[in-house]
Amino acid sequence: MQSYLEFEKPLAEIEGKAEELRAMGRANKEMDVEKEAKALDKKAEQLLKDLYKDLSPWRKCQVARHPNRPHCKDYIEALFTEYTPLAGDRNFADDHSVMGGLARLDGRPVMVIGHEKGNDTNSRIERNFGMARPEGYRKAIRLMDLADRFNVPVVTLVDTPGAYPGKGAEERGQSEAIARSTEKCLQLGVPLVSVIIGEGGSGGAVAFATANRVAMLEHSVYSVISPEGCASILWKDAEKMREAAEALRLTAQDLHKLGVIDRIIAEPMGGAQRGASAAIKAVGECIDDMITKLASLSRDEVRRERRKKFLNIGSKGLAA
Amino acid sequence: MNWISNYVRPKINSLFSRREVPENLWSKCEECGTMLFHRELAENLNVCTNCDHHMGITPRDRFHALFDEGVFVEVPVPAPISDPLQFRDQKKYPERLKMAQRGTGEAEAMLVAEGEMGRTPIVAAAQNFGFMAGSMGMYVGNAIIAAAERAVKLKRPLILFSAAGGARMQEGILSLMQMPRTTVAVEMLKEAGLPYIVVLTHPTTGGVTASYAMLGDVHIAEPNALICFAGPRVIEQTIREKLPEGFQRAEYLLDHGMLDRVTHRRDMKVELVSILRMLMGMSPPVMGDLPSPGAMGAETSDEKTKT
Ligand SMILES: [Zn+2]
Repeated sequence: MQSYLEFEKPLAEIEGKAEELRAMGRANKEMDVEKEAKALDKKAEQLLKDLYKDLSPWRKCQVARHPNRPHCKDYIEALFTEYTPLAGDRNFADDHSVMGGLARLDGRPVMVIGHEKGNDTNSRIERNFGMARPEGYRKAIRLMDLADRFNVPVVTLVDTPGAYPGKGAEERGQSEAIARSTEKCLQLGVPLVSVIIGEGGSGGAVAFATANRVAMLEHSVYSVISPEGCASILWKDAEKMREAAEALRLTAQDLHKLGVIDRIIAEPMGGAQRGASAAIKAVGECIDDMITKLASLSRDEVRRERRKKFLNIGSKGLAA
Repeated sequence: MNWISNYVRPKINSLFSRREVPENLWSKCEECGTMLFHRELAENLNVCTNCDHHMGITPRDRFHALFDEGVFVEVPVPAPISDPLQFRDQKKYPERLKMAQRGTGEAEAMLVAEGEMGRTPIVAAAQNFGFMAGSMGMYVGNAIIAAAERAVKLKRPLILFSAAGGARMQEGILSLMQMPRTTVAVEMLKEAGLPYIVVLTHPTTGGVTASYAMLGDVHIAEPNALICFAGPRVIEQTIREKLPEGFQRAEYLLDHGMLDRVTHRRDMKVELVSILRMLMGMSPPVMGDLPSPGAMGAETSDEKTKT
């Protein structure tokens, strides 16, 4: 079942009509509906193209958050073999909003770590909607450290609304955990590559994405604050999220221009939610290519390269 | 460095930062309601003389009290490109910046300086909450990197006074990128074997807390400072319950293991000198008021004799 976003309503109508026609045709054999249904299909296809040709930043936010969009778990299952989840921060708990473990990508051992949002009510609650608590970052730190000691490259998949704003999370040092995770990213002597597959929400994203190479899916977003949050602070009106999304420059295209990300991975027409396997395949190829290109660097080089990259970020604006 | 920056600049800083405080003006302590004369308040480092409530203090005033004889040299900060996103909310970002510059007389939300504190050479950086809530944008990132590079070059420790509402939203993703950038600065100090001490002041929140403010070798906070990632209001909205008294305040964080100490502003300098000299393998500090070598009499400060 395809679930439609607000701005896809006209598309839902046409596709619904075609569906209805075909159902009538099945019930009533002498009715020839196929020609008319095909015409509707064509119309729908064109409309989808038109809608996705030039998505506004706010619409991209909606696509990035689409419930049917492939999530971390889908990528791990499809792209890696021998995935062996490793759990816990050895301190307090295992955070289920962060998946991680050893796996092979095209035969090569990697440490894969990512935020998982869940795909139904139960799993969403179990995964805390992809919002990590301190234990999630500390698990990630532990796994990155393990990978570093055994020369295993690290792959992170970012998809989080942000860190969890909860009482316990604050008490157990959310800030420190995020800061240490970013620090660990910078210390690694192995290649670290990151793909933002959906939402890159503020500090929770940075803690995983301080990488040698950062790629973004075409319709994913990466921002210092959610458009709703920004609107309520700067516009004093959470309903101004469209304006905020515009102003924040959170799309993959703008971030590439700003030099914050390195690559944009094309999505199937109508977004990754309409062609999960194609999107997953493209992400896999991109990860493989990014790691391969970094593989020849020494431990020291890979660390210096990462640092230099971040020190240089911000040297060009949008106009450049 | 030429003669001007070496010799004249410290003097200039010393003379002009000692702003005339009008004697007939008073303000009310927001904590206990006591009326305090501005002069009295300034002499007490903006701490209420009645209830010890720590009010905000500008980086310049703080440095004046921190550095010996109030003498320090500003460390230049490379200017970032202005308004990289061409950001506009209800106002244009450059207009907001100009307003903040007029209001504070400062270029941006962080001041970096070098000098001596208790005869101990240091580099210090202080965030200015009065400048767009001290928010961390590219300038603040550049300032911290400049501070770390200067400290490494001079082989001095870095003391950083944090105060911020978080990231500078008007710089969007580039403000977020200051989290890794400032973390690189902290790494430089670590690798050079130099102490990095963070003094967390009210309030230190958001991306600032989740990067350089929580990566210190030693964390000292001023009493009752709000220190958090997510603010109390956001948390209350999420969990739909009232938070306990003192939640996310300095003493609460001390209890939860996130800080080493909570220290009164009056005692901060002595404590910093003591810790740094031990970490740097220096002799015990000489307490009291010694004249600076070679400047006998000329630089004596009557204010200092009180402490
Ligand atoms: Zn008071």
